[in-house]
Amino acid sequence: MKPYVTLTGVGHTYITDEGKPVPALQNVNFHINKHEFVAVVGPSGCGKSTLLRLLSGLLIPTEGTVAMFGSPIDGPREETGIVFQKPTLLPWLNIRDNVLFPIRHKYGNVTTEYRQRADELLSMAGLSDFATRMPDELSGGMQQRAGIVRALLLDPEILIMDEPFSALDALTREEMGFDLLKIWHERPKAVLFITHSISEAVLLADRVLIMSERPGTISGELVIDLPRPRSPETIRDARFNTYTDTIRQYIYHPRTDSKAKESSKVVNL
Amino acid sequence: MSSFSLNRKRLKQLLPTLTLISIVPAWEVLCRLFEVPDYLLPSPSRIAEAFMEVDASRWFNHLWATLRVAVLGFGLSMLISFPLAIAMVCSRYMTRTLYPLLVIIQSTPVVAIAPLIIVMFGTGDAPRLTITCLLTFFPLVVAMTTGMMETPSELIELSRSLKAGRHKEIMQIRLPYATPHIFSGMKVAITLAIIGAVVAEFVAAEEGLGYFIQFSTSYFKVPQAFSALIFLSAVSLIMFKLIQWSQKRFFAWSLPKEQRK
Repeated sequence: MKPYVTLTGVGHTYITDEGKPVPALQNVNFHINKHEFVAVVGPSGCGKSTLLRLLSGLLIPTEGTVAMFGSPIDGPREETGIVFQKPTLLPWLNIRDNVLFPIRHKYGNVTTEYRQRADELLSMAGLSDFATRMPDELSGGMQQRAGIVRALLLDPEILIMDEPFSALDALTREEMGFDLLKIWHERPKAVLFITHSISEAVLLADRVLIMSERPGTISGELVIDLPRPRSPETIRDARFNTYTDTIRQYIYHPRTDSKAKESSKVVNL
Repeated sequence: MSSFSLNRKRLKQLLPTLTLISIVPAWEVLCRLFEVPDYLLPSPSRIAEAFMEVDASRWFNHLWATLRVAVLGFGLSMLISFPLAIAMVCSRYMTRTLYPLLVIIQSTPVVAIAPLIIVMFGTGDAPRLTITCLLTFFPLVVAMTTGMMETPSELIELSRSLKAGRHKEIMQIRLPYATPHIFSGMKVAITLAIIGAVVAEFVAAEEGLGYFIQFSTSYFKVPQAFSALIFLSAVSLIMFKLIQWSQKRFFAWSLPKEQRK
């Protein structure tokens, strides 16, 4: 079966105001399969945000191609939903209207069908009681849930998440991760989850891609063979620690440390 | 809650007003104590007396003349500011061209060019509205532009990922996002609008509170001039409060949480 998303030799170079080229990404190759949960880990400033913009069609790569369902993309696609680092809800709309905003913004009006979907998704995210509240009356975690619901409303085939839980405290963060998996099980879709937390990546994903810096590229890949559904139990699984250690080793001693290489299942890309 | 703490709360709310009001008796006492002549600083009681001496219908005519120009000028200024701000948000070229021009207009003393404007536009409301607009549109344009530019980039990206179009991006995201800024700009602009109307009356007018102040002063009717001045300040304050109220009433979300209730 054809992968949902394929990146072939993708690179992106920004041109500064002074006309200097700044390479942000170089020679990125990977794919995402149907209903696959892929996490990307890497240090900050390695071009993760550029990757997100390329995948969402907001940015066209200067080299290579980003293809969706086999055809190269030349702009934003309806099949993609984005969840940002910050919830970025509109402060003048209540939670339900915020969730419905993409529909109203795109089509001008909202059908009852979408209203029902919104209420369904809100209750799935445990936000039913807060539907008529204003965004700043909700906690950061709840706001981010609303942000995720907003991205899910158009039922995207591909969900791109840019460090969605990084602004949350550790406890909320873990809980949100499991809730995300629950939603993903109920409505399977391809997910690209960008994060700087190795354990979060291992806990959630089917496959972890490792990014390296300047210019950013995907340097390694690790298949996470842990049973689903994932739960707090997963963290206690011996393999969980092996996976996180492997990735950590790989990031700090890429390709040079022979010992890490032996034990590691990371595939160099 | 005990009645004591309730009273304290009331007192806390009223304290600023009480402080302001207490200035009046202090002023009165000082004027009488040092026998300050009326033409230097009339006492509040003399000002009140002078206020009552003028017919209500005359007050009304002067008030109407000033308020009409101030409010119309302010409204016109808003109408001009929106497209200017949108143009500057949409294009860097426009920002680079318009901003210096706006700053030049803003830094030209309006009082100095007011006589020229009267010469250009003749008598009537047109020159006065022009002067009021010149004085008020700068804070409005700056507030709108700043607000629209501060819209989080994620929201702009959300709009672009939906392919909603530039028009919707401005109207449904950027402009509403600028609301708190726009209200700050409006608060500054409304008081400037009153000043603009008065400045215009100083140059050429047969009515209006500004004209009345000038007229009274030239006849050494200082208490009368003071009464008009205080009347003018009261009008200005009411206009300011009106904007504050409408923000609270219709755009409560744009206020910090503790100011909403």
